[in-house]
Amino acid sequence: MAPDPTAVAGSRFESVAQVRERLRTVDYLSDEGIAGIVYLADRLGKPILVEGPAGTGKTQLAKSVAEITGSRLIRLQCYEGLDESKALYEWNYKKQLLRIQASKSDGESAGWEQIEEDIFSDDFLLERPLLEAIRATDPVVLLIDEVDRVEVETEALLLEILSDYQVSIPELGTLSARQIPLVFLTSNNTRELSEALKRRCLFLHIDYPDMEREKEIVLTKVPDITEALADQVARIVRSIRQLELKKSPSVSETLDWARTLMLLGVEKIDADVATETVNILLKYQTDIAKATKELNTESSSVRKSGLG
Amino acid sequence: MAEEVLAATGTPILALLNGFIVELREAGLPVSLTEHLDAMEAVKHIPLEDREAFKYALAATLVKNHAHWRSFETVFEVYFSLRGRDYVIGDELADLPEGLEDALAEMAGQGQDGQQGQGGGGGGDALSPEELAEMLYQALARGDDAMMRAVARQSVRRFAGMEPGRPVGGTYYLYRTLRNLDLDGVLERLMQQARQEAPESLTPLEERLEQDEFQTRIEQLKQEIEAEIRRRLVADRGVDAMAKTLRKPLPEDIDFMHASRDEMKMLRQAIYPLTRKLAVRLARKRRHGRKGPLDFRNTVRHSLSYGGVPAEPKFKYPRPAKPEIFVIADISGSVAAFARFTLHLVYAISNQFSRVRAFVFIDGIDEVTRFFEGTEDIVEAIHRVNTEADVVWVDGHSDYGHAFEVFWNQWGKDIGPKTTVLILGDARNNYHASQSWVIKEIRHRARHVYWLNPEPRSYWDTGDSIVGEYGVHCDGTYECRNLRQLEKFVDVLT
Repeated sequence: MAPDPTAVAGSRFESVAQVRERLRTVDYLSDEGIAGIVYLADRLGKPILVEGPAGTGKTQLAKSVAEITGSRLIRLQCYEGLDESKALYEWNYKKQLLRIQASKSDGESAGWEQIEEDIFSDDFLLERPLLEAIRATDPVVLLIDEVDRVEVETEALLLEILSDYQVSIPELGTLSARQIPLVFLTSNNTRELSEALKRRCLFLHIDYPDMEREKEIVLTKVPDITEALADQVARIVRSIRQLELKKSPSVSETLDWARTLMLLGVEKIDADVATETVNILLKYQTDIAKATKELNTESSSVRKSGLG
Repeated sequence: MAEEVLAATGTPILALLNGFIVELREAGLPVSLTEHLDAMEAVKHIPLEDREAFKYALAATLVKNHAHWRSFETVFEVYFSLRGRDYVIGDELADLPEGLEDALAEMAGQGQDGQQGQGGGGGGDALSPEELAEMLYQALARGDDAMMRAVARQSVRRFAGMEPGRPVGGTYYLYRTLRNLDLDGVLERLMQQARQEAPESLTPLEERLEQDEFQTRIEQLKQEIEAEIRRRLVADRGVDAMAKTLRKPLPEDIDFMHASRDEMKMLRQAIYPLTRKLAVRLARKRRHGRKGPLDFRNTVRHSLSYGGVPAEPKFKYPRPAKPEIFVIADISGSVAAFARFTLHLVYAISNQFSRVRAFVFIDGIDEVTRFFEGTEDIVEAIHRVNTEADVVWVDGHSDYGHAFEVFWNQWGKDIGPKTTVLILGDARNNYHASQSWVIKEIRHRARHVYWLNPEPRSYWDTGDSIVGEYGVHCDGTYECRNLRQLEKFVDVLT
């Protein structure tokens, strides 16, 4: 993985199958879509915008990709009020002051222009995550987490870096990337992201996994769980997700539940166990009540009506 | 047009892609030129014969909103149904299910030999309905994808009775096919089988899970059947005609008044994220709103430190207007769905208002606020509104005039200068008296009166619609036919 700008884009993976295989080695079970889009992002040199319900492994995907490519993960956590000085760069104000004072006390006769040029140089620049990712010489994966939390105006900060992989600093000029990093943006979709941002990204929607995959995830992530129990866990979770709930159980909650069942020494889930432990899967009282009621009836009331 | 240039210079696949994107735009998806170029770049990197990968590559570059996925998928299926693995390299793959079919047919035949002494077996086309039913059962019991596909093909060939050139969508054929398959019966049989196979009797939970599993497989089979019908339709009538027939509106463009049952379900699913999004946006707007008006006293007080010069103007804190909302909704027949969505939306963001009160009417009127109080489950509350509210006065045909009159006599005095009144309905009054003076009176007392009408504007004031008569007394009348328009209106409201 040489940091040669021309060679890096599109050389990380050989095929979609390989992406999938390597993600599996770090215990991230992807599907065709996820692996395919990671592969494309690498080939096209484009960022990926990952969207989906909470707890489906959006952030984990970025981490896992960093791990399999042997890259450093640079993470920018977004929040309301995030600004340039936190995301891009900042001038080291104190150091600049010291430099000016030092020049005075030394009795240097250097002119103001000399000093100005001096204090707006690299030495006085504080790199923040985005700039750091651009200027890194080692391979990096940039993760911009929960991008929907920043204001619409702040989104514009990201545009230059996402489309051209460069940062313009008025005093220094334009800094271009030494390599094209893999960029992941995650969003919980609490608001509509701007068209400009979406246009620059590949879009990946990660939904709840299907039953087979969820079972596999449980088997990989929960040590010592039996195949039969994992199967039951996945089936019950699938049935619960079909209800109209405020918040469906996420993959991480499924895992928590499976671990709890292991700790309790449960070998086979029956209605009682399910009812007693369902509060691990669901967090709202109304949801719990609904699920409990539903798990204790024989046939699904939701699906039955839709079959006709 | 740039696309035409691209199409002219490109290879067939690019030309095809071009038509595909034009159709996506027709369906309402916002596809920009950059995205078009990205898609063309992307398909270079993936093997074309891998249909799934091809689909994901296009989706990742062209569809940037998950709610648009269904529309995308429909267009994709139409455009590439004849070009996927089922068709292009279909010969070899088709052989596999054919082989399976034979094996199965024999199996079914043997079973019948034993029971009835009838000869069975034979090629895929010669399957009798009983054999097909047996195959269907086996496919579902095993959950075998290839077999299900084969069964789907067989049943469409046998039961759909497709006539070439007939300009219909697939629904009719789907219905005919499914009617012949008796899936409910099959499900019952599968469940019995599961019960017999279990070492001890199934607990309710296990029963439930088994059933969910079979239901999922049946869903899958239905999708296979639908796909097969679509393939045949496209082969018969061509891509462009089918793309137009099957075009699915985006969830935010679905008309409340004409939504099918599936679309209703989608709307229900779409409305929850929408309310959350709206709430976030409104709260944000509140927080970052402009400064309040000049605070004169405070400015003068601070001017003392500058020798009486008001150098530092002070502003009042913005006092966000939290209106009190009265929703008065017609819940008769066709407009009921619309009222339901609006109530849902208003209640979901009710923390943006100081108070929400809801009234529903047909020809009588009833306050239904009580159903919403003390429950978190809006769906449940709306269900109770539809079943328990006392809204019929004489015959259960809309009578706006009477409903308004009763409203004014009973609750009119509760309307104050902070109240915003929303009236939902198509104002089809069955030629009763309009009593529009009530609206006029309400407007005198209330802050705003808005009328939301789920009918297209061109239908207003035709037939027995008298929305114009009421409209003159309102601060605004809005056409509100889909979620997009509803969302826009809520923005106006707060």
